[in-house]
Amino acid sequence: MGSRASTLLREEEIEEIKKETGFSHSQITRLYSRFTSLDKGENGTLSREDFQRIPELAINPLGDRIINAFFPEGEDQVNFRGFMRTLAHFRPIEDNEKNKDPTASEPLNSRTNKLLFAFQLYDLDRDDKISRDELLQVLRMMVGVNISDEQLGSIADRTIQEADQNGDNSISFNEFIKVGNLQHIYVWAGDHYLILTYILLSVLQDCLCSSV
Amino acid sequence: MGPFLDFNPFDNLLCILLGISFTVWFTLLLVFIIVPAIFGVSFGIRRLYMKTLLKIFEWATHRIERGAKDNNHLLYKPYSNAIIAKEPTSLEEEINEIRRRGSNRDLDSASEFEMSDIFYFCRRGVESIMDDEVTKRFSAEELESWNLLTRSNYNFQHISLRLTVLWGLGVVIRYGFLLPLRVTLAFTGVGLLVVLTSIIGFLPNGRMKNFLSEQVHLMCYRICVRALTAIITYHDSENKPKNGGICVANHTSPIDVIILASDGCYAMVGQIHGGLMGVIQKSMVKACPHIWFERSEVKDRHLVAKRLSDHVEDTTKLPILIFPEGTCINNTSVMMFKKGSFEIGSTVYPVAIKYDPRFGDAFWNSSQFGMVNYLLRMMSSWAIVCSVWYLPPMTREEGEDAVQFASRVKAAIARQGGLVDLLWDGGLKRGKVKDTFKEEQQKLYSKMLVGTQEDRSRS
Repeated sequence: MGSRASTLLREEEIEEIKKETGFSHSQITRLYSRFTSLDKGENGTLSREDFQRIPELAINPLGDRIINAFFPEGEDQVNFRGFMRTLAHFRPIEDNEKNKDPTASEPLNSRTNKLLFAFQLYDLDRDDKISRDELLQVLRMMVGVNISDEQLGSIADRTIQEADQNGDNSISFNEFIKVGNLQHIYVWAGDHYLILTYILLSVLQDCLCSSV
Repeated sequence: MGPFLDFNPFDNLLCILLGISFTVWFTLLLVFIIVPAIFGVSFGIRRLYMKTLLKIFEWATHRIERGAKDNNHLLYKPYSNAIIAKEPTSLEEEINEIRRRGSNRDLDSASEFEMSDIFYFCRRGVESIMDDEVTKRFSAEELESWNLLTRSNYNFQHISLRLTVLWGLGVVIRYGFLLPLRVTLAFTGVGLLVVLTSIIGFLPNGRMKNFLSEQVHLMCYRICVRALTAIITYHDSENKPKNGGICVANHTSPIDVIILASDGCYAMVGQIHGGLMGVIQKSMVKACPHIWFERSEVKDRHLVAKRLSDHVEDTTKLPILIFPEGTCINNTSVMMFKKGSFEIGSTVYPVAIKYDPRFGDAFWNSSQFGMVNYLLRMMSSWAIVCSVWYLPPMTREEGEDAVQFASRVKAAIARQGGLVDLLWDGGLKRGKVKDTFKEEQQKLYSKMLVGTQEDRSRS
């Protein structure tokens, strides 16, 4: 793994990252070691190729989209802060955070930000709308060559019909959130283990409720 | 008389002292190392050395922990194996789980696609970014305790004077005393191997030649073992490979060959190299039949298979030693076995090799170090401690194809050595993963979507 992982990351930096993302000290050093081991060029940043080198990610149908989520608009390199900021979306919301100072800016792993992350996986051109094409693209990535265009098209149409409320034939972020139903599934196994969160949406349920 | 007038009696004394110390040095070497190597006995010096080292390492680790606590430092503690608790569920189960939790509807009216389905892939993707099973196998394992080698320690800061002094002493001993000793031994071992096998090559083929060749090989490998200060424990020697069989083992470094060959005689398989390796290979094959391939022949799988099967059919020839992973893995896992050696149809003798990383990491990261650099690192570590288990022989069963047989053998080796059994190909160290795996996942997911379509049309 990375050389001298914990000593290259200064204490002040760790504190800053802790404040920004909410990860614990040991989690940050662990992830920093991971970051340096992925960074084959040893220049302190990760490129898309560095991510592609992870076999389990390369065979993930949505691998490219997930990698994209780490890179800010138009850039090809991500540094450790950016890396942590993206991963922070996957921390679960702890109870004590709910009582925190309401004037402080929204934490990265808030419900809204989690949903935004998911929304942006669909919305490639960042126009705050999931168009039929964008939905089709994601569907195509997930099913490969196994489903015909027509079938896929009808699936996409059905999904948009159910979610779309203002009739513009696309799903906006508000429609995404409003009809959303959130659940959290924790995968917790001790301090050294990382916690991932699920966000669940049930588009149909709220549609039914609202139409009655 | 001329030049002798300037002869300093002090020089004379110096010469005598040097002469004596060299003689003593070489006698000690001969008695304690080379003679036991010839006869295959051991004085137990290495084990005593190992026990002493362990005690020192424990003290050093304890000292670091105490020092870190005093300074309120948080130690970087690596941990073995997975950091994310994954349950082995299938794609279908997990997506259904996501859909179920997200709704209160009955599953009978399950829709074919939910927008939340992407979260299965998203979660898997981010999990693999945080930690994956494959890339960490291609770099050295991290240690919890410190073994006085800065190359394998991540917490080394100045904790106490005593610790630093100890480390300094360690450096002096390793580089000043152990390294020259080991290099001498290595040269002796290799030199003897080349010379003696060439001599034996002149003998006519027969039992005498085989016997002598075995003895010579064993002796030279034992000297090499001592050159690395390898402390090896062999388990279950009754299962040692016999003639006409194929011995397979997990691969961590080129030292694996030396470790196995110092306890039994094998026919090696490999590509002919140039330089020193080539010289060694050519002389070895004079004494007994090893299987060396030219670079061009390696690509031709049929040729390789034919030569291997010809060899195993001849029961006078030694068992073949093969490492089916095809590349060095870092000894925490066993990766995919290439099926070539399992297609031949002879008895397979699996061997599991597990190194103890506390004394020196034996993994050869060929993208990081060349061979010479690697050997120097090995020879300047404290020792190489490993365990070898000879597993009971296995043969291909009815209705089992080569791939399944290979997996079965791999599982047995992984279980014995306490290694993680992975399906991934060791070739991923350098190459890209095949798209077929992605297509498999896509197929599974499509079945989920289209499957419900069929149910719908039926009802």
